[in-house]
Amino acid sequence: MSRKTLTLFDPALVKPAIVDAFKKLDPRLQWRNPVMFVVYVGSLLTTVLWLHALGGHGETSSGFILAITLWLWFTVLFANFAEALAEGRSKAQAASLRGAKKTVMAKKLREPRYGAATDTVAGTDLRKGDVVLIEAGDMIPADGEVIEGVASVNESAITGESAPVIRESGGDFSAVTGGTTVLSDWIVVRIVVNPGEAFIDRMIAMVEGAKRQKTPNEIALTILLVALTIIFLGVTVTLLPYSLFSVAATQSGSPVSITVLVALLVCLIPTTIAGLLSAIGVAGMSRMMQANVIATSGRAVEAAGDVDVLLLDKTGTITLGNRQASAFLPASGVTETVLADAAQLASLADETPEGRSIVVLAKQQFNLRERDIHALGATFVHFSAQTRMSGVNLKDRQIRKGSADAIRAHVEAQGGHFPADVSAAIDTVARRGSTPLVVADGVNVLGVVELKDIVKGGIKDRFAELRRMGIKTVMITGDNRLTAAAIAAEAGVDDFLAEATPEAKLALIRQHQAEGRLVAMTGDGTNDAPALAQADVAVAMNSGTQAAKEAGNMVDLDSNPTKLIEIVETGKQMLMTRGSLTTFSVANDIAKYFAIVPAAFVTTYPQLAALNVMGLATPASAILSAVIFNALIIVFLIPLALKGVPYRPLGAAVLLRRNLLIYGLGGVVVPFIGIKLIDWLIALAGWA
Amino acid sequence: MTPHAWLLLGLYLLVLLLLAKPLGVYLAAVVEGRAAWAARVGGHIEAGIYRLCGVHPADGMGWLSYGLALLLFNGLGLLATYTLQRLQLWLPLNPQQLGNVSPDSAFNTAISFVSNTNWQGYGGETTMSYLTQMLALTVQNFLSAATGIVVAVALMRGFARHSVREIGNAWVDLTRITLYVLLPLAVVVAVLLVGQGVIQNLSPYQEATTVQATVYDAPKLDATGQPVKDVQGNPVTAAVTLPTQTLAMGPVASQEAIKMLGTNGGGFFNANSAHPYENPTPLTNLLEMLAILLIPAALCHTFGRLVGDARQGWAVLAAMTVLFVVAAMAVMSFEQQGNPTFAALGVDQAAGNLEGKELRFGSADSALFAAVTTAASCGAVNAMHDSFTPLGGMVPLVLMQLGEVVFGGVGSGLYGMLVFAIMAVFISGLMIGRTPEYLGKKIEVYEMKMMAIAILVTPLLVLSGTAVAVMTTSGRAGILNPGAHGFSEVLYAFTSAANNNGSAFAGLSANTPFYNVLLGIAMWLGRFGIIVPVLAMAGSLAAKKRLGETSGSLPTHGPLFVTLLIGTVLLVGLLNYVPALALGPVIEHLLLWAGR
Repeated sequence: MSRKTLTLFDPALVKPAIVDAFKKLDPRLQWRNPVMFVVYVGSLLTTVLWLHALGGHGETSSGFILAITLWLWFTVLFANFAEALAEGRSKAQAASLRGAKKTVMAKKLREPRYGAATDTVAGTDLRKGDVVLIEAGDMIPADGEVIEGVASVNESAITGESAPVIRESGGDFSAVTGGTTVLSDWIVVRIVVNPGEAFIDRMIAMVEGAKRQKTPNEIALTILLVALTIIFLGVTVTLLPYSLFSVAATQSGSPVSITVLVALLVCLIPTTIAGLLSAIGVAGMSRMMQANVIATSGRAVEAAGDVDVLLLDKTGTITLGNRQASAFLPASGVTETVLADAAQLASLADETPEGRSIVVLAKQQFNLRERDIHALGATFVHFSAQTRMSGVNLKDRQIRKGSADAIRAHVEAQGGHFPADVSAAIDTVARRGSTPLVVADGVNVLGVVELKDIVKGGIKDRFAELRRMGIKTVMITGDNRLTAAAIAAEAGVDDFLAEATPEAKLALIRQHQAEGRLVAMTGDGTNDAPALAQADVAVAMNSGTQAAKEAGNMVDLDSNPTKLIEIVETGKQMLMTRGSLTTFSVANDIAKYFAIVPAAFVTTYPQLAALNVMGLATPASAILSAVIFNALIIVFLIPLALKGVPYRPLGAAVLLRRNLLIYGLGGVVVPFIGIKLIDWLIALAGWA
Repeated sequence: MTPHAWLLLGLYLLVLLLLAKPLGVYLAAVVEGRAAWAARVGGHIEAGIYRLCGVHPADGMGWLSYGLALLLFNGLGLLATYTLQRLQLWLPLNPQQLGNVSPDSAFNTAISFVSNTNWQGYGGETTMSYLTQMLALTVQNFLSAATGIVVAVALMRGFARHSVREIGNAWVDLTRITLYVLLPLAVVVAVLLVGQGVIQNLSPYQEATTVQATVYDAPKLDATGQPVKDVQGNPVTAAVTLPTQTLAMGPVASQEAIKMLGTNGGGFFNANSAHPYENPTPLTNLLEMLAILLIPAALCHTFGRLVGDARQGWAVLAAMTVLFVVAAMAVMSFEQQGNPTFAALGVDQAAGNLEGKELRFGSADSALFAAVTTAASCGAVNAMHDSFTPLGGMVPLVLMQLGEVVFGGVGSGLYGMLVFAIMAVFISGLMIGRTPEYLGKKIEVYEMKMMAIAILVTPLLVLSGTAVAVMTTSGRAGILNPGAHGFSEVLYAFTSAANNNGSAFAGLSANTPFYNVLLGIAMWLGRFGIIVPVLAMAGSLAAKKRLGETSGSLPTHGPLFVTLLIGTVLLVGLLNYVPALALGPVIEHLLLWAGR
């Protein structure tokens, strides 16, 4: 699926966002964000004061009140805009998904078997449990499970991957997704969802933010922000009596105006983070989408940032899915070349990656060229589940390759015997984490071909990165302990679970959780479902079964197990962005105090001008500059809120020091510069 | 700062930090019920108390029962303290035949001593009988201190335990702390004080003829005890000549010891630790200062012990110490600078600002005492904070406004600091991209709610109380000094009450029904408005799993966290009060140095 990446301030997004910013002035929507609601009420209050001032009863000049009022409204609008922009981006992504969801007509089977009579019904009318027939060229009407047949399916509408995939009944490849197309053959599918509950519907609903629930950390942060708002509300409200008392005591100046108090309140309460909070949440989901991961809840994304233990399947994740021949280990009395020659002959027609790799290795090591199989008059014996061997029959030779057990049985059945040194070689190979493949010519065992698991390039670095993030990696494999240990060491994982059964996986997750760790895992098979359901963060592969997808709380459309690392980073980024902007927001208050406090009380105590360290032109311009800065900073930080604070796996202390310097110290310094600059511009324009 | 001031501060810190460690370790042993030799000496007394009160020491309590037990315990203390004051005329040990205390004053004093504030709207030697001093006030000095400590211990247990509901047994904790910690320490300190000349008797007041008759102007009071003011609003005074002097007596040393150790601060005499019978020599001055911060500092080590990581205790102690040293140096420097107005009059300011200070202590010892007593929520004074230079007086004000967490009151300082630590951890946890956790406990919505209440209560009490006082006639009536200083006085009073400090800027006539009632409410809410959410937090934390430490979790020891904690305390503590401070001490300072 071609997904257009939109730039941050793409006009196509900005225009509707501006409209939405005004629509969001609805008080019922504002109420959802308590801090911004205070700004909203403050803006209403100063608007009334301005109207009052127009009537000639103003507490200060109507021009000043108007300027403050306008910028207070801008503050509200900018926050609305940030949220609307984030939602707009998500909606654009959802729209491209929705393209995949067309109404299709389905052939509903009257009986759940191939060949039964069909009725044509609309795809949207299908209920859970209905059984449909889907033939070549048909679009799959809804999520379901193949109960009969096998077909190749184009899933590019969902995954963006154009190569067709095979879907068949039983096993781990029985799930089909609505909106994908059957390319060949036929399948009988049992529908597993009701209309509107389909996987893709949930994805769209999530992305559009309509159902976006606040995540636990977001709620906790909101409580902190509300607490700060209440405190500052107390600070500003009590300033009026303080000011009245001071004016009465000194009998000079005039009490602080309500407009100035509202301005002070809005500047002090953490509007920067509060205005961007929901945009950060929406953007986090949106970033997941860009990584082709669909989370079923924001909570899951957030939890991903906390993961301590990562369970990874060996095959496909840590190692390449197939093994490669790496050495020829001949039996005594046999030369390596003879072994290589026999192995090559046996593999010439073997198109499996293992077979190809034997041919390649023979050529590399002994310069044995590929021979024309037809010229040799050879007949090939293909691998079968009964013999568990493959090979070639030449005129007088019968070359076989297969697992140690199979060859042993084959040789001994013909009256031969299995040499002890080959048995020893087999053990050595297994201990190295490789798979032994035994080659025999007739009754003579020629030796062992070592098939090595190839650890993916760069995977060791990624595990090292995870370790620096504080995440422990555990490899899960069906291999025996020896093999598993060797591969674990080569890949650099922290731990491994060998001879893993679904029960063992589940037990491992529970054990880690009991020790107070958060566990993430990936899985695709139905037998992974219990473990996925138990894990805190469970990423199901889109290629996996419906059961696995239902059990997970995220689905990776690319079916790429290392995606977990990106998921963890996105989760962390979301939290970091919130934390950093909160720090920034609170640190801003120092400069704002220095701007507003002297300005508000200088008529009563002229000596307070000493606190005007920024040398702001007039009290009015000082207060206005602080309010303008407070509004504009929201706009300036929108890109950061949407992109997120970059995460680097540096360890907690280093990361904290770094972010404290940037957002804490920066939060102290930046407003001094910003307010001074705005004041200077105001003075330059002659409005001061 | 003078060499003497440096030496004093250095010596003080050295002795304090040396003593804190062993006491902290001992405290941990006591609250965990491991203090073997203490139990050998006092075990049968402890068991006797439980039998008498029907306490089953093995039963654990959830946070709610624990909190209700403390509220009941303090409620009864309140009632007893109030009743004793109201009936003292008819009770024994009242040689001066001092009358029953007025209802509003008794109400205020009862809350004040129960809440560990020890704000005193009354003068001790002219108001309270020996029986009231001993049975009501001194007893509450012990019990309010024990209350503070057990709440801190309950919170420590919240961190230390996991997946349980119980946070200890309130009755057992109160008994053990009082019996094994407060009483023995108080005996030692009292004996040391008596050795230096602090009195301890039940004699009637002594009449002494002075070498020179004293002539002074006394403010005229009307029938209600309010200062009479002339048409300009200045207080009316009348000249008084006195050939003799009445020397107040009493069981001072026994009360003085726990007054300091329990960070209570309620003086036996009106002059508090400026009185020569309470604090006769520079040595007792040092001893009293040590006694104030001893338990708050020791509890940091107890915290480290209980949570199983001594470094955590050191980190909190380091944050407190840094804040304290900066504050102490500030107030000592400001007082050493003296008063420019006096300097202009030709008064030698080399010894610093001596107005309102005892000459036997001088500027440095008085300034350090002020820093100590307001860093801790003690509130004992050996000099008049009202007479400090504006910025010198602002430092104690700020130390209180930070929420009494720079060492703070016994127990209350630590749990207050831990609330700030939770806040620091929350923000920094987010900044490193993890759900915040402190000592392996996740900080989630419930903890944030409780934290929010705990940090909201005092600033709102202080700000709204001050606002009510300056808005109402009865509030303004008590203000003796007009203008910015008058405002500082009211702000100081509410700051002191709501933060349970109890020290006073003199110059505010606070023994009126208005202030007695308003400050009484502020003290009660300032105390239990924090204790209840802290206990709730302890309960919630205890129920959580304890997470393992990984390289991804934020280390909460080491300089970075200490800096962060200090930053949080300063930022959150101070931002609330900037405008109020600007209208009080800051403008006073600017006016003073502008020569006005």
